[in-house]
Amino acid sequence: METYLRSILQELVRIPAPPGGEQELRNFVQGELEGMGDPMAVDPLGNLILPLGKVEEDLPAILLSAHLDEVGIIATHIDDRGFIRFTNLGSLNPGYLLGSRVRFLTGTEGVISAEGSRKSKRVPDMSKLYIDVGVSSREDCPVRVGDQAVFQGPYRDAGKRVISRALDDRIGVGILMDLVRKMSKNRADLPHRLIFVFSVQEEVRRRGIGPAAYQLKPDLGLAVDVTSTGDTPGGKKMEVGLGGGPAVKIRDQGMLADPRVVSWMIEGAQALQIPYQREILEGGTTEAANMQVSRSGVPAGCLSIPCRYVHSPSEMVDWNDVEGALKLLENLLARPVPLLNS
Amino acid sequence: MTAFPGFSGGDDPITGHLRDLWGPLVDQLKVNKLGTLYGLIRSAKGEGAPDVVLSAHMDTIGLMVSGIWDDFLRISRVGGVDSRVLPGQEVIIWGREKIPGIIALPPAYLLPEGASSETVELQHMVIDTGLAKSQLQEQVEIGDRVTFAGEPLALGEKLISGPGLDNRASLAALTLALEELHQLDLACNLWAAATTAEEYNQSGAQVSGFDLQPDLLVVLDVTFARGPGTADHEAYPLGEGITLGWGPSIHQDLYQHFAELAEREGIPWVMEPLPGRSGTDADTFQLTANGIPTMVISIPLRYMHTPVELVDLRDVEWAGRLLSKFTANFRAEDLPFLAEGGMSL
Amino acid sequence: MIGIGASQIDLLARLSNAAGVSGDESAVREIVLAELGSSPVKCRVDALGNLLVTQERDPEKGAPRVLVAAHLDEVGFMLTHHQGDGLFRFARVGGVDKKSILGKRVIVGREKIPGIIGCQPVHLAVGEEKTKTIPLEKLRIDVGAEATARVKVGDRAVFGTEFKQQGDILLGKAFDDRMGAATLVGLVKNPPPGIELLAAFTVQEEIGLRGAGVAARNLDPDLAVALDCTPARDFPSFDEQTENTRYNTRLGRGPAIYVADGGTISDPRLVGQLIAAAEAENLPYQIRQPGGGRTDAAAIHQQLGGIPSVSLSVPARYLHTPVSLALLSDWEAAVNLIHSGLANLQLEDIKTDR
Repeated sequence: METYLRSILQELVRIPAPPGGEQELRNFVQGELEGMGDPMAVDPLGNLILPLGKVEEDLPAILLSAHLDEVGIIATHIDDRGFIRFTNLGSLNPGYLLGSRVRFLTGTEGVISAEGSRKSKRVPDMSKLYIDVGVSSREDCPVRVGDQAVFQGPYRDAGKRVISRALDDRIGVGILMDLVRKMSKNRADLPHRLIFVFSVQEEVRRRGIGPAAYQLKPDLGLAVDVTSTGDTPGGKKMEVGLGGGPAVKIRDQGMLADPRVVSWMIEGAQALQIPYQREILEGGTTEAANMQVSRSGVPAGCLSIPCRYVHSPSEMVDWNDVEGALKLLENLLARPVPLLNS
Repeated sequence: MTAFPGFSGGDDPITGHLRDLWGPLVDQLKVNKLGTLYGLIRSAKGEGAPDVVLSAHMDTIGLMVSGIWDDFLRISRVGGVDSRVLPGQEVIIWGREKIPGIIALPPAYLLPEGASSETVELQHMVIDTGLAKSQLQEQVEIGDRVTFAGEPLALGEKLISGPGLDNRASLAALTLALEELHQLDLACNLWAAATTAEEYNQSGAQVSGFDLQPDLLVVLDVTFARGPGTADHEAYPLGEGITLGWGPSIHQDLYQHFAELAEREGIPWVMEPLPGRSGTDADTFQLTANGIPTMVISIPLRYMHTPVELVDLRDVEWAGRLLSKFTANFRAEDLPFLAEGGMSL
Repeated sequence: MIGIGASQIDLLARLSNAAGVSGDESAVREIVLAELGSSPVKCRVDALGNLLVTQERDPEKGAPRVLVAAHLDEVGFMLTHHQGDGLFRFARVGGVDKKSILGKRVIVGREKIPGIIGCQPVHLAVGEEKTKTIPLEKLRIDVGAEATARVKVGDRAVFGTEFKQQGDILLGKAFDDRMGAATLVGLVKNPPPGIELLAAFTVQEEIGLRGAGVAARNLDPDLAVALDCTPARDFPSFDEQTENTRYNTRLGRGPAIYVADGGTISDPRLVGQLIAAAEAENLPYQIRQPGGGRTDAAAIHQQLGGIPSVSLSVPARYLHTPVSLALLSDWEAAVNLIHSGLANLQLEDIKTDR
């Protein structure tokens, strides 16, 4: 089934956006959403901000964030034979890197390999990895120290599920874009203001959202991001799986979600008969953690899209979970939020 | 106080209990957006009096249900629970109703490769409630809180043991101070603060500092008492007084002021060197707003982060007395850095 | 070109020799305050001890408010327990290189009591112990029994290193970040035209960038530069066959401009500004290898509504040890680069889409 979200997602994942290098993607999103909400703004760190709803009244504000950036790498040294050494931008597993293709923002493509024997079964340390872009000397190498690259990989919609690079967090970006599209029609009737933040630098310890939240002073904060799952062979013990519905975050490493925000989402899902999962994530966190501690504190939570193989060239999500999240948010946000009116 | 769990989010049992205790002692009670409770005693001087915060965290370490696995519950920690004390521990699950349970560690041969009979990792442990999976599914949800069962235990006249004395011992001291102060004319606005989530990410302190933007702030917490497994240079004797923190998280003039006050009042104390972080809310508070002059006072506590934490009531009383004397005798003139907005040039 | 003369060298020497362990920066702050005494500036010290310096004259209309930060503190020690006879247990404050502690001289406390870090004679070491670093908990700072009246638990200690200059070579302790502090003093005395300079001499950088965020909120700038000192690990590889690919920076190649480190992705427009200035003025510069490590920029850029930031460092070998080695020529290029990079900076340059 072709939907707006499916078609926009294909375009979103094609555009590279390493942390700090989100400009092209931001321009694309901005172009797509032109005219749908109030005028958009780009803040000093590069977050794209789109407010929606009546500004003249003193309505409570809900901040919704999805991050533009994806994990990437950055060149640290070009050796005399033209091999490129690099370091990570965001959390990367060398096991996923070895053998992957990467593409620099300048367009140069290369393959990642490692020092030492190919027969070794051990996953090498990041410092032993290098990128080969097919040149034979430093002078010929088109890459400079400081240039950034991202994973390369095809987009494959398998019907029920989708496999692609950068679903973390293009899936969230796509959901928010679809929400903007849907909710802009009735924006005059919204009982609150919505502020959509397409944020930068999430993958490097969430550096973009804090300043945006500080500036925007929301009354409620919600991140839309991916979470990992416990449903793969020999995987970790985690109760979230692909296809079980969007995951309402209870807690992760960085945040105890606000219980009022948790019940708001769960009661909504129950009323709409949308399957949902309760999420406890032991490693990692989302931008909601930063929203929560903004200024005098913000009730904050996260709606997660379960995702396998996070931070690999081939991440996987289930359309049921995505569509459930979209439907849940669309319904929740069209109505008054109890905790904002108590 | 140890009977009331302190989770996070503002609707904790401990918040209600503190409201009852503090209500008659303060002019105003308030809960902020993340659940920190403030009790305010207004200054007799009216507008413009300095704002002084006395703060202790009200959350305790604990566990959380992370999954239902056959007839057992998987668990995850909230704060630095010591997994070594868990096997055989009686707990309460705060599900639809309060459910008693036991923490169990399956024998090593049922655990993944690498685990031995010596291994005590939380990820291998479960809670056994005796209920079957279908009953658990009805009564328990992922995210439900788990606390240690058991009443506090008196060991003689002076010692008390129980879960959560980190940091209920400090809240008790703070309450003692409020009892002393509530009838007095104060030269400062006194804010008693019971913060949330100290054991998790200090988010309570983060937002409370912004909320109140006080002129100075005192954090009351617990520190290591001498006991099994502690060396004399890293722990403090029980029942011989409190510690006054010294280091980067602490305003030097404020330290000096408290040291002199304790001497004058005959309250036994020692300096606790804190070369880096203090490990308390002070680390966060200090850096909020435009920077807050911060002090740390600690009560020695044995067996930290176990269900049998142990304090000496005399230390608790001394801490309370120091706070009340500080506030009762507070004069802005004695702390010249207040006028200069930070540190003296 | 701004030259570095005897008075600037002397300032660096005094700053380098002063003791300012994180949390106890007052001795260093006093030197900076005295140095700025005759300049037309306003100085204030905030609740953490950050020294915040603004120009007395009104800024030009529309001039960008530029925060330049350098940290006053250095890594060192705190005495934590007296075992008697002037022997003290101690803790590291910040990341003092553990392998460089043994057998060194230290200066303890505000009274500057000399001490030594002693250890077991190697003759008594057994087997592997002979070539292993002795763990910190087995070391003591020894001030001698007579000094115990003047030394107490809680006192800080620094390495007892004297600054030296030999031609282009500078040797001393705490170049990280007295180099930056000395540069910033010069910048405050001779501010770049066309900007409103807000100088922050920050505290507690070495224990988690604790001062800089507070300083940034107090000053509320449009953009920021952190001046720091960064390691040069430009040794050859031990086997001499492979290339050293992880040197961070190299001595003698000019100041290091940061693209990304462990705490900040520099604002690309400010990186471009510094590179353009270096090329226009024919100043040497290098790109610091992206990777770990952080500067005050990491704390600053996330304050308030977001503050575009970049870092610029003088390269030096052997930071966080008793004695560092830097080149006067690298420092001089840094002094010139920060001045010309900020001169006449237009707010439009950073308001355009990042």
